[in-house]
Amino acid sequence: MLIAILTITGLATAFGLLLGYANIRFHVEGDPVTDQIEALLPQTQCGQCGFAGCRPYAEAIAGGESEINLCPPGGEATMIALSDLLGRDPVPLSEETAEEKPKAIALIKEQECIGCTLCLQACPVDAIIGAAKQMHVVIVSECTGCERCLPPCPVDCIVMEPISQESGGWRWPFPNSEHPEIVSAPPQ
Amino acid sequence: MYVESSKGKIRRLWDFHGGLHLPDNKRQSLQTDVTSATMPALLILPLHQHIGEPAIPLVKPGDRVLKGEKIADNNAPVCAPIHAPTSGIIKGIEAHPIPHPSGLNGPVILLEVDGKEEWTDLPAPISNFKNVDKSLLLRRVRDAGIVGLGGATFPAAIKLNPGKAIKTLIINGAECEPFISCDDRLMQGAPERILNGVRILQHILGAEECLIGIEDNKPDAISTLRSHLADDDSIEVVRIPTLYPSGGEKQLIQILTGREVPSGGFPAQLGVICHNVATAAAIADAVLEGRPLISRLVTLTGDGIANPCNMEVPLGITAANLIEQAGGYTGKSSQLIMGGPMMGFNLSTDQVPITKGSNCLLVPSEEEVPTTGPALACIRCGRCAEVCPVNLLPQQMYWFSRARELEKVQDYNLFDCIECGCCSHVCPSHIPLVHYFRFAKTESWAMEKEQQAADHAKKRHDFRIARLERLDAERKARLRKKKEDLSKKKPLKPAATGEDAKKAAIEAAMKRAAAKKAALQSPPKNTDNLTPAQQKQVDAVDKHRAETTADQE
Amino acid sequence: MQFQTFSSPHTDRPNSVDKVMLQVILALLPGVLAMTWYFGPGVLINILIATLSAVAFEALVLKLRKRPVMSTLYDLSAVVTAILFAIAVPPLLPWWLTVIGMAFAIIMVKQLYGGLGYNPFNPAMAAYVLLLISWPIPMTSWLPPAVLSANPLDFMQIVSAIFTGSPPTGLEWDAITMATPLDGMRTSLDQGHMISEIFQSPVWGDFGGLGWEWVGNWFLMGGLWLIYKRTITWHIPLAFFAGLTGLAMIAFLFDPESYPFALFHVFSGGAILGAFFIATDPVTACTTRKGQLIYGVAIGMLVYIIRTWGGYPDAVAFAVLLLNMAAPTIDYYTQPQVFGHGDNHG
Repeated sequence: MLIAILTITGLATAFGLLLGYANIRFHVEGDPVTDQIEALLPQTQCGQCGFAGCRPYAEAIAGGESEINLCPPGGEATMIALSDLLGRDPVPLSEETAEEKPKAIALIKEQECIGCTLCLQACPVDAIIGAAKQMHVVIVSECTGCERCLPPCPVDCIVMEPISQESGGWRWPFPNSEHPEIVSAPPQ
Repeated sequence: MYVESSKGKIRRLWDFHGGLHLPDNKRQSLQTDVTSATMPALLILPLHQHIGEPAIPLVKPGDRVLKGEKIADNNAPVCAPIHAPTSGIIKGIEAHPIPHPSGLNGPVILLEVDGKEEWTDLPAPISNFKNVDKSLLLRRVRDAGIVGLGGATFPAAIKLNPGKAIKTLIINGAECEPFISCDDRLMQGAPERILNGVRILQHILGAEECLIGIEDNKPDAISTLRSHLADDDSIEVVRIPTLYPSGGEKQLIQILTGREVPSGGFPAQLGVICHNVATAAAIADAVLEGRPLISRLVTLTGDGIANPCNMEVPLGITAANLIEQAGGYTGKSSQLIMGGPMMGFNLSTDQVPITKGSNCLLVPSEEEVPTTGPALACIRCGRCAEVCPVNLLPQQMYWFSRARELEKVQDYNLFDCIECGCCSHVCPSHIPLVHYFRFAKTESWAMEKEQQAADHAKKRHDFRIARLERLDAERKARLRKKKEDLSKKKPLKPAATGEDAKKAAIEAAMKRAAAKKAALQSPPKNTDNLTPAQQKQVDAVDKHRAETTADQE
Repeated sequence: MQFQTFSSPHTDRPNSVDKVMLQVILALLPGVLAMTWYFGPGVLINILIATLSAVAFEALVLKLRKRPVMSTLYDLSAVVTAILFAIAVPPLLPWWLTVIGMAFAIIMVKQLYGGLGYNPFNPAMAAYVLLLISWPIPMTSWLPPAVLSANPLDFMQIVSAIFTGSPPTGLEWDAITMATPLDGMRTSLDQGHMISEIFQSPVWGDFGGLGWEWVGNWFLMGGLWLIYKRTITWHIPLAFFAGLTGLAMIAFLFDPESYPFALFHVFSGGAILGAFFIATDPVTACTTRKGQLIYGVAIGMLVYIIRTWGGYPDAVAFAVLLLNMAAPTIDYYTQPQVFGHGDNHG
């Protein structure tokens, strides 16, 4: 009896020490999950998920307050990546979210812009330059296509212009084994 | 393996992994001598005929240009200028089908030919190239718009300035793709041009040895070059066994030197530079005659063409026109391939122009190139791995490409794949393996670009947040200070009485109103401190706006 | 003019799956005929039953999975599975066991994993093992080779035995069946006999069982032809024999009276069939060259170990299935060095 108790106690102490050591040895600083989630988001800062930007959405997901299927620019790929990362079940995208829009950037119609600077303040990445009563211009290379500048514009002079597909950025389509022909671009 | 290279010299050759013995099908296009194509009425000159940045037009619609005149260039480090293949009027600069697997349009210069063949003032020939500065020769090669004519279209001048000591210059005359015979024809027809080019290359690079590798299914080319080499010891013509893809740059280097170009690296790291025979000939033209690259040899072959042949054609002529000049279609084909059968790509229309990289137009009959049926499942037989010249495991890469697991494909060294097509050729399930790898490659590049864009956007967003916070803090600090100042000043202020006090109050109110007005007049403004590029963009838009507004009025 | 567009290479493809399968079937023919010669037409009847049921099950599942039926059947993989299974089982196996075996092979082992190319286990061997474990008696009741048979059966007797599952009238199972040579060897060794003593029996030929060794010879011919036609490569068969004979030789040198010589193991049971036709099944084997060598050696050694110390007289099926499981891992760790990744740069 005594031997049994001693053995159990000895084992418990040994494992306890082991666990304690492991806790110190493999300690992880901070909360890396939020960073990892944020890395998967497209960083358009569009707010279409209902949060102020990608970071707040990542925090909401990490906190378990939000679903993983709310990011329209990321689409299904982002949702799958998030479900892989977090071990959550994939959630189908809502119809609105799933609608794949061609990648576009904002364009300000020069004749109509009144120079109100409202879009300047809305742009999450400072991609619009201009000043009061001066025409505003979107910096093409910085625009993420988030559409946040559209609602504030009092004269609706901002349009989303799809990025034209050129042979330079062309991607080989996924091979269709049933129909081996390459699906080409629409006939010119 | 050992072969006799020239004058009894014995040279060791090495093997590369895998490879295929393919029916070479070169005879068809070798029946007739090289002819010159008739100049068409319109030439279509794509601005992007090389690897690197597209050229920018130097001409406007309506300009008259002379033969050999530079019509497009770009100061970007990797670019090659484009010259007018004949004299004529620029008709337009617009989008037009270009030879690209996507079938998409690209920007081109349309040149209406006037038929006068009037040459521009060419730069003076440099006949004693050994006595001039190397930078002059490099400049000449660059200005002549010469790119790798074997099909890679990498600007030749950049390759000639490796920044490393080069021991071996390899000239690629292997031409391992079936059907293509233009390099063979060039070697037989213009050995002096090629050898002159080789000597110029050798001089520029300071290479002590030069090997011209030619597959042994071209005995005439080998003997012609050897007979013209009578007194030149530093250049050796090496007969290499016919085995596809021996003409791949890395494979040819391995055959001739036994060394592997490091993954992701360049031949120059081994002290080796490799150029195609046609590139060498073009360099000779540029240096010895001052002639820019405005034409090339093209093989027209396949059962679908009435008279298969090799033709010297001006750049910019359409495939349709060329095939017409070769007797037209025989109606036996439903495909048009630019390049060889192994690595060429299908064109959806024959209205595309011949560019610097177009070495062959293949119109095969159904017997020559049967259309493959639907693919079956992979049975993991491993034949693809057996023939892969790069020693990859295509069956594993296929598995992950199909599942779109791009990182896994990259772990299996996707980017070492040279897309030679050996794996697809031997696959018993007829899986378009190369297509899967191309998909995975372009998809990986796109993902990387997206990731970069996302990182960039995040950086800008974070910066904006920080800026807003800082502004907010500054504003608050100012307010606080004002309040403190006010509360401090109040007791010190002498109590004004009567009229004075009223006056002072009115004055103060007016001052506040003026300040407010001034503040209103300078709302957020971020047009200060613009980069020159941004300023340029703003200016351009302002100008455009002025113009359009003027138009409306 | 508009043209069709395909992905390169644009060539006449020399290989196809049905060609590969057809070559395997052709290579099996000499061995099958030899089996028929020694063990009677039951072999052919089994092949017929197995083929018909395999094709029927395949068609059924393809239909349920909404996959193209005819074009898939045309790849002949179901026929190869059926033949391999039918020649591995005893010639008088009741028909319903063959059908159960094929149902398991095609439905469970092959199609439920996704069909040809996706199955982790060799379907024929999985079915064989299922039957061997579930119905050990009929699965080990072999006919003696015709030359030794005391009661040769005629065609109708064989048909009735297969289709009724009971021995021909007037005969007992024991009277017409006989243990396989491997089985006989084990039983005799367990009973304490010396090998020199055991080989006195008339059931032995030069290397293995009388008749059996000739069947093995003909399968060997077929296998060599497959290597010649480059349908399979030499790696797995050679490694298999190396593993098998290597261990056998060591044991034989250690005690020749308790451990039969190496060639006995090669020419007994399913060793040759397994080496050339079963272990080389591309879908379930290793694909890297180095991996194939490891895979072959491991199967060969496992066959010897199970035959000598395990619970079953023959072991090809078990060994192959065990190594099927290990194949992806072996492949992972035996990747060849890709061009430009070594130190052959200078």
